[in-house]
Order: sequence, then C-alpha cells, then structure tokens
Amino acid sequence: MADIFTSAVIVATLSSGIRLAVPLLLASVGEAFGQRSGVLNLGVDGIMLLGAFGGYYTTLKTQSPWMGLAAGLAIGMALGLLSSVISVSLLAEQGISGIGVYLFGLGMSDLLFQRLVGTPLPVKSFPKVPIPGLSEIPVLGDLFFNHSLPIYLAFLAVPVSTLIINRTRFGMNIRAVGENPEAADSQGVSVVKVRYAAVTIGGLMAGAAGAVLAVGLGIFQQNLTNAQGFIAIALVYFGAWRPLGVMAGALVYGMVSAVVLLLKTRGIIPLGASDLAAMIPAIITVLALVFAARRFRAPTALTKPFMRGG
Amino acid sequence: MTSPGSAGRRSRLANQLLSYSVPVLAVLGALAIGAVMLAMLGANPFSGFWAMAKGAFGSSGALVETALKSTPLLLVGVGITIAFRANVINIGGEGQMVSGALATTVIALGMTDVPSWIALPLALLAGLVGGAIWGAIPGALKAYFGVNEILSTIMLNVVAVQAMNFLLRAPLIDPKEIERGTRIPQTARLPESTDLPLFVENGRLHIGPFIGVLAAVLVYMLLWRTTSGYRLRAVGQSGDAARYSGMSVERNVVWALTLSGAMAGLAGAILVLGSEGHRMVTDGSTIGFTGSAGFNGIVTALFGGLHPLWTIPSSFLFGGLLVGAIALQRAAQVPTALVLALNGLVVLFVVSLDRYRRQLKEREERSASAIAIDQEGDDGSPPPSGKDLEDG
Repeated sequence: MADIFTSAVIVATLSSGIRLAVPLLLASVGEAFGQRSGVLNLGVDGIMLLGAFGGYYTTLKTQSPWMGLAAGLAIGMALGLLSSVISVSLLAEQGISGIGVYLFGLGMSDLLFQRLVGTPLPVKSFPKVPIPGLSEIPVLGDLFFNHSLPIYLAFLAVPVSTLIINRTRFGMNIRAVGENPEAADSQGVSVVKVRYAAVTIGGLMAGAAGAVLAVGLGIFQQNLTNAQGFIAIALVYFGAWRPLGVMAGALVYGMVSAVVLLLKTRGIIPLGASDLAAMIPAIITVLALVFAARRFRAPTALTKPFMRGG
Repeated sequence: MTSPGSAGRRSRLANQLLSYSVPVLAVLGALAIGAVMLAMLGANPFSGFWAMAKGAFGSSGALVETALKSTPLLLVGVGITIAFRANVINIGGEGQMVSGALATTVIALGMTDVPSWIALPLALLAGLVGGAIWGAIPGALKAYFGVNEILSTIMLNVVAVQAMNFLLRAPLIDPKEIERGTRIPQTARLPESTDLPLFVENGRLHIGPFIGVLAAVLVYMLLWRTTSGYRLRAVGQSGDAARYSGMSVERNVVWALTLSGAMAGLAGAILVLGSEGHRMVTDGSTIGFTGSAGFNGIVTALFGGLHPLWTIPSSFLFGGLLVGAIALQRAAQVPTALVLALNGLVVLFVVSLDRYRRQLKEREERSASAIAIDQEGDDGSPPPSGKDLEDG
C-alpha cells in the first residue's frame, strides 16, 4: 500500500492524467469556439467517434499515426461544416440537432469498424518526444516534457485559443456574434460566416480529439469515447467559456481517471468502488454548473439561431 | 360545434397534411441515404429493405419482437413529448432509464415470497420513481439555480452509468458470480413474482407494450384534458404569459422533467423485468443496457410530432427498424449499427425541416383562428379545456 506514494508512481499517475485529459481538452476548447459564437454543438461525441474511427483506420492502413491524425482532422472538419449548415443556415433547434449528429456518429463509426476491420487490431501510437534538456529535470521532466507531440499541441492550443478569442479581429467577431448578432450584423460582420468558422473549428478539434484518443490507445471499439464528447460540452460551462478554465476542468477529469485507474489496477479499492470514484468528476461538474450558472453568464445568443430581420 | 366554412377547412387540411408530411419526408430522406449506404456496402438496397420490412413486420413472431423493441422507445418518447411541450429539453433519457431500472432491480430483489399482484406493481412503481427522481434533479436545478437542463441531464447520464456499474459490480452482484469467480456484473435472477405476465405461455409477448400504450394515452389525457397539463403547455408556449396569469413557471418546469423522467424510468423497469434473463446486466456503458433508447426515444417523439398518441405508431416504426436490422444483418451482413446512423439522419432531417413545418403550421393556425372567430358567437366558454393550444 505504501509503495503507491513513491515518487515514481505519483509521477506516472499524474503523467497519465495529463494524457487522459487531452481528448477532453481538445474537444472542449473547440466547443468553446462554437459556443462563444452562439452555437451549441451537442454532436461532439458523434464527431469524436467518427474522428476516432477515421484516425484508427487510417493508421491501420498507412502505419502512420500522423496520417491518422490528419484523417481525424478532415472528418471533424467535414462534420463541423455539416453541423454549421444545420444550426446556422437551417436554423435548427440546437438542443436536438446535435443528438442527430451523435447518433449518426455512434452508428456509423460502429458500422464502418465492423465492416472494414472486424477484429480489433492494435495500431502504432504516436512516438514520445522528450524535449531536450527540459525532460532531464527530475520529476517535472517526466511529468511535463516526456509526451507525444499531439499532447504538447493540445496544451499549446489553450493559450493560442485564448489569444485568438481575446486578441484577434476574428475572435472579436466570434464574441460579437455570440453576444449580440444583430449589432454585429449591423456593423457589417457576417454572422453566418463567423459562426460557420467557429463551429467548423469545433468540429475539427473534436475530430482531432477522437483521433488522438483512438490512436493514443492504439485501438478502436464501439462507443470508444463513452460519452467523453458530452462531458466536453459540460466542461465549456465548467470553464466559463474560457480555454484556461476548460483546461482546468479537463485536467480534473484526467487526474481523477488516472488515480482511479491506479487504485483499481493496484487492487487498493475493490473493483466496484472505482466506479463510485469515477463518479466524482461528474458530480463536481454538476456542482460547477450550479456555481457557474449564478456566477458566469453564458454568451447571450447561445442556442439562438440568427436570421436577418427576424 | 357547427362545421366551419368548407373553403377554410380545405386549406387548413392541406396545410395540416403538408406539415405532417415533414417527418415522413425526413424518414424517406434518411432511408434514401440508407439505400446509398447499403449499395456502398455491397448490398442490394431493395432486397435489403425488403428483408428489413419482412424481419420487422412479416410474421406474428416478428410483430411481437417489434412491439417489445418499440416499448422503451414509446415510453421514453412520451416522456420527451412532456418535456418538449413544457419547452424543456430532456437529453437525460439514458440516465433516467438506468436509474429507473436500478430502483426496480433493488425493489424486485427484495420481493422474494411476495405475491405477484403486490410485487410487480411495486417493482414498476419503483422504476417510475427512480426515473422521476433523475428527472426532478435537473428540473429543480433549472428552475431554482438556472442550470441549463441540457447540460445537467447529460451529466446525470454519466453519474447514472457509474452508479449502475458500481451497484452491479459490488452490492447487487449475483452471489453466484462471486462464488464462481466469473464476476460478470449482473444481478441474480429477479423473483418470479416480478416477471411481466406473458400473453401466451412460453411466448415472448409480455404486457410491457400495453403498459407503454396505456402510459401514452394517460399522458395525452394529462396534457390535453387536465388543468395541470394545460399549465405545462402554457408554460411551454410562453413562460412570461404563464407567469402573468399566475402560474409558477418553476414548479411546472420541475413537474415536466419529473414526469418525463418517470416515463423513461418505467421504460427501464420494463427492460429489466421483461428481459430474457430477468435480471439487470451492465457492459459498462449506458447504451449497453438501454440500446440507446434514451436517445432514440427523441427520434420517436420527433417523428410522432411531439404528440403522445402519434408516438405510438412512430415507436412501432422505429422499433421495427431495430428488429428489421437484425434480419438485414443476417441477409446481407450489414451491421445493425446502420439503424442507429439512420436514426441520427432522421433527427437531422426533422430539425432541418422544422422551420418549414413551423411556417406551414402558422398558416394553418391563422386559418384555424379565423374559424374560431367565426364561431365565437355560439361558444362563450373560456378555452382552458385546451384544444386551442394543441398543435401536434
């Protein structure tokens, strides 16, 4: 029992927590773009699943995890565009349309997997890229600087997204159409274009999240994400629509999952109780939603379709 | 009521038919894409769909399977109509089914040596209550804390699945699974007193589908024949207007999600009590238990025009798709997951065509209100009997 407190185990656990947080982080930072522009995309889990299958299958066929990641990005972008058509151009009810994308992704990824692959064959994962110098630092080196490239990029996406949203013209437009689309429209900002862009970025990142998840694990199976895409949506609220807050939420999930995994594999808590522990982040999220509902304001136009003069 | 002018009636009927055609168009659109997908998978779409139709509706045995498969879709769908009529979105059908099923399982396991006429109703009631609680929580969070119900129902799905995994792996696990060391996360066989009665001895058809239809009729009467239902719909139409006329929006939001959850919980109860093994099993995910009925129920309700009675034939159709998919898999080696993908497309088509449907409905209502004004002379009674709010 005492040996779990050795520094090696702690570092390994925290480091796996960081890895587990990455799919959630990518998906929810992407979702934050869409939501800041006023579009709630509930289809994230479906996009992740198709991105995961695409990433896995491409890696299986090409032996290159990078081609897999590219496939995930492309699939995510296509589905992001589709989601924009439905939510932005066809003004569909956003609380339901995403469920269509989800069911489509859930069914389609399973269908393709069964037809094209059948028996789960493991694929090559992303190689680790220790950062020269920094990875030599004791403890911290292993924790932060000895991961694969997609993991660094996912965390790099946090400050980059913050900069884009807060400091660029495009980001300003995203915020404007999310808060007051009529005013933005009268200033000559194309609400439709900005929302298309924001939702497509969200799709792209959800596809990448799926590919990183599947290729990172080296496998695919039916419902691989197990609702992670839905959790990613909640994390956007948890993080009060800010990439940094979203990252904090994703890390809470990743860390708790890693600790639960550790306790389970070491047999420290009985198999059943680990499920109880895995419930903790979900409950934290619900409490955070209660807290955030009073504290932080959602983008005013969130879930409201925009129609000129309507 | 006197019959309205024939000209007004005709155009109203035409608009009504057009607006009903939207869900049909949605299904046809999804099936067309399905046909393309079948062709791409190397199966003949026509013989594929024919195999599906035969597998779902072609024999009495097939019809029984379809009725059984459509029951959870019907109950969840009916619950969804309640929520949507009150203008709240319930994405938590999955979690509510699971929590209802867990409550049923706990109560049923304690019903050894209790006569069936007590045990069975109690077990079903437990499912209703379990689902109701899982609906009431997001209802209260929305009403009193301003928490978006889409988010809270999603998160409660996650909590429910962990609760299920915990309960079935530890406290509720079949003691035999521990003895044998196999540790399959499932309960012991529930007492026979809680089995759903069968229509034919050793047959498959139990009373579940009839409970579903009964629930749909009761919900219809609740929504359109009682004051409580009138309030729910009034809050759904305009929260502000309802508030000005003295209704509590908060209480009705909680009530709508509670009822909605109760229906899903009942679906979960029937799934457990009517299962072949007469026990609850988990594969670690909600959809392993529900077969995605918590989400597919949304499809059913949308196709039924968010009307409890229309949800009955709608659920039969979608239940038939699920059963037919098994025949399709046998005939053309196309995985049953195809149906899930098609259901997703149906949702996308329905919501995408929704604006068009609403335009038609507005036109229909305008001609309907013209008729109503014509008749105001002979009928001075106030409308809360509710027909005027009906739009499904």
